Amino acid sequence: MAKELLKGNVAFAEAAVRAGCEAYYGYPITPQTEALEHMAKRMPELGRVFLQAESEVAAINMVYGAACAGVRVMSSSSSPGVSLMMEGLSYIAGSEVPVVLVDIMRGGPGLGNIAPSQGDYNQIVKGGGHGDYRIITLAPATIQEIIDLTYEAFDIAEKYRAIVVILADGSIGQMMEPAELPPMQEVRKREDRAEWSLTGAKGRDPRVITSIYIDPAEEEVFNLHLVEKQKKIEANEVRFSSLLLEDAEIAIVAYGTAGRIAQSSVKQARDEGIKVGLLRPISLYPFPYDEIGKVADQVKRILVVEMSGGQMLDDVRLAVNGKVPVDFYGRMGGMVPLPDEVFEQIQELNQKANA
Amino acid sequence: MTDKKMVEALIFSKPESLTDVPTHYCPGCTHGVAHRLIAETIDEMGMRENTVGVAPVGCSVFAYNYFNMDFAEAAHGRAPAMATGFKRVNPDMNVFTYQGDGDLASIGAAEILHAAGRGEMITVIFINNAIYGMTGGQMAPTTLPGQKTTSSPLGRDIESHGFPLKMCEILSQLDGSAYIVRRSLHDPANIRKAKKAIRQAFEVQRQGLGFSMVELLSNCPTNWKMTAEDSLEWIEENMIPYFPLGDFKVHPAIAKSKKG
Ligand SMILES: Cc1ncc(C[n+]2csc(CCOP(=O)(O)OP(=O)(O)O)c2C)c(N)n1
Ligand code: SF4
Ligand SMILES: [Mg+2]
Repeated sequence: MAKELLKGNVAFAEAAVRAGCEAYYGYPITPQTEALEHMAKRMPELGRVFLQAESEVAAINMVYGAACAGVRVMSSSSSPGVSLMMEGLSYIAGSEVPVVLVDIMRGGPGLGNIAPSQGDYNQIVKGGGHGDYRIITLAPATIQEIIDLTYEAFDIAEKYRAIVVILADGSIGQMMEPAELPPMQEVRKREDRAEWSLTGAKGRDPRVITSIYIDPAEEEVFNLHLVEKQKKIEANEVRFSSLLLEDAEIAIVAYGTAGRIAQSSVKQARDEGIKVGLLRPISLYPFPYDEIGKVADQVKRILVVEMSGGQMLDDVRLAVNGKVPVDFYGRMGGMVPLPDEVFEQIQELNQKANA
Repeated sequence: MTDKKMVEALIFSKPESLTDVPTHYCPGCTHGVAHRLIAETIDEMGMRENTVGVAPVGCSVFAYNYFNMDFAEAAHGRAPAMATGFKRVNPDMNVFTYQGDGDLASIGAAEILHAAGRGEMITVIFINNAIYGMTGGQMAPTTLPGQKTTSSPLGRDIESHGFPLKMCEILSQLDGSAYIVRRSLHDPANIRKAKKAIRQAFEVQRQGLGFSMVELLSNCPTNWKMTAEDSLEWIEENMIPYFPLGDFKVHPAIAKSKKG
C-alpha cells in the first residue's frame, strides 16, 4: 500500500479499524478527539460499533463489557480522561480481558493544557489504578510507529489477556506525516470468540468474568498468576530502537516525541564530532533495563530527556544501577524541548565526560 | 385413574436458571426472592442460554454464583455501562443488570441515567432496600427522611443530607426509557406482581422497545435491625408511601399485551 499524509489521531484510529476492532467507546478530549471523530464515521460505515459515552468512566466500562464478549475493543483519550479510567483499567486487569487504550498525553496536572506532555509516564507505566498489575505500554515516536503499534496492540492484548496502552503525546496525535496503513482485517467471527468469553451458556457450563477473590489466599494465587504472566511479557515484549550507540561515549535515553527530538540533537552533535548515541525505549513496560544496562557498561555518561520532571528517569537509573552518572533534561507543562536545547546539554555532558 | 398408585406431581422446583448453591444472603432477605423471580422468568421465556447478567457491587456481588448463566461482575455502579458495551456487540442477546440502591442511584447515577437516556436495550433490576447492605448499613440515596443508619445515626436529616432519589420517577422522564415500574417484595401478592413486571421488562428488551427497569422495594432485616417479618411490614408502612408502587412508563407496544 502507498504512503499517504496522515494525522496521528486519525492514523491510529484507522489502524485499529484495520486490526479488526469491532467496537470503540470514547469521550471527546483534546488533543485526541480526531480519533473519536474518525471512529464515529468509520465504525458505522463498516457495521461496527461506535458509541460516545457519557464520560470516560462509562467509556472504559463499556470497553470492559465488550471485552467480556470476546471482541476486539478499544478506547482512546488524553490525560484527564485517562485518570477517570483508572478504576475500569484495574477491573479489566483483574478480569484478564484484552483491551487496547490510546493515551495522547497533554500538559497537567489538573486541567492543565492541551499541549504535548509526557507527564503521565508514572500513571500508566507504574500504575493504572489500584492493585498489583502492570500495563503493557508502547510509546511511538512517529505516525508510522503509532499505526504499527496500534495494529499489533490487539494481538498482544489477546496473547496475554492484558491491557495494552499506546502512550503518546499531543504532538504525535496532532502532527501529519506520510505513513502507510496496514491491510484490513475483518472482525472476528462469533464462533471464533475466545473460550473464556461470554456468549451465552448454551450446551456448556456458565462462564463468569469477575475480578473478585474474596479469599486472600485465592487472591494471592491470582496475583502470582499475574506475576508469571508479567515474566513472560518481560521476556518477550521488550522493544527499543538504538541510534549510533556502537562507539558512543554519551548515550541519550528518551522515548516518544522526546526521543524523536533527541535524534536530531544526536545528529547535530555527531557533526561536531561528539560521540553520542540514542536509545529510545518503545516498550515502557516492559522496560529495556538490560539493554540500557549494557549501554551503561560502554558509555561515560547518560542523559535522560523527557517532557516531564523526570519520570522514566527512575527506570533508567535502575537500569544503569550506578555504573555511570545519569543526567536529566526535561521540559514540562506542555513545553517541548528544541533540538538545540538538547544539543547544548550534550555539549556540556561531553565536556564533563572528557574533563 | 384406575390405578391406585399415587401420582407424584412436582409443584415446586428450582428454576434451571438458578444454581444449586446456597446463597450467602441473611435469613429473610428479599435478594433471594428477587433472584428467583428473575430466574423463573428467564426459564419461562426460554432465554437462559442467550442471557448475560451483570452483577453489581453490593450484597448481590456474588449473584453470578446463584444464576446458572453467563455473568460479568461490574465495578460499583458501572453495570449499566458494562451492559451497554456488551449489548452493543451482542444486540441479539438478553442482557440484564442487577443493582442495589447505592450502586444504581448513588455512585452509578450517571451510568444509569445515560443508559436510560440512550434507550439502551438492557433490563435493570433495581433492588431498593433504602440502605447500603454490604458495607454494614450506611445511608443510601434512597434512605428515607428520618431513617437511622450507621452514617445517619440520628436519622436522615434532610437539612444536611437532602432528599431520597426516586429513580423510577426520574428515569421515566427520559425519552429512551420504555418500561419503568416500581413493585414491592413484601408479600406474596406483590411478589406475583413483581414477577409479571420482570417478564414485561424482558419482553420490552426482546422486542427492542428501549430501556427497561423494574424497581423492587426490598428489605435488609440485618441492617434495619429488625426481624424479617417486621422488615416486610416496614416496607409496607414506610417505604411504599415514599416510593409509591406503580407503572411510571409503559411502552404502548407492551401496554397492549399487559394485564396486571
Ligand atoms: C468505588 C467503591 N466505593 C465504595 C465501595 C464500597 N461498597 C461496597 S457495596 C457498597 C454499597 C452497596 O449498597 P447497595 O448498592 O444499596 O447494595 P446492597 O448491599 O444494599 O444490596 C459500597 C459503598 C466499593 N466497593 N467501591
Ligand atoms: S445485609 Fe441486608 S441486603 Fe445484605 S444480605 Fe443481609 S439482609 Fe440482605
Ligand atoms: Mg441497598
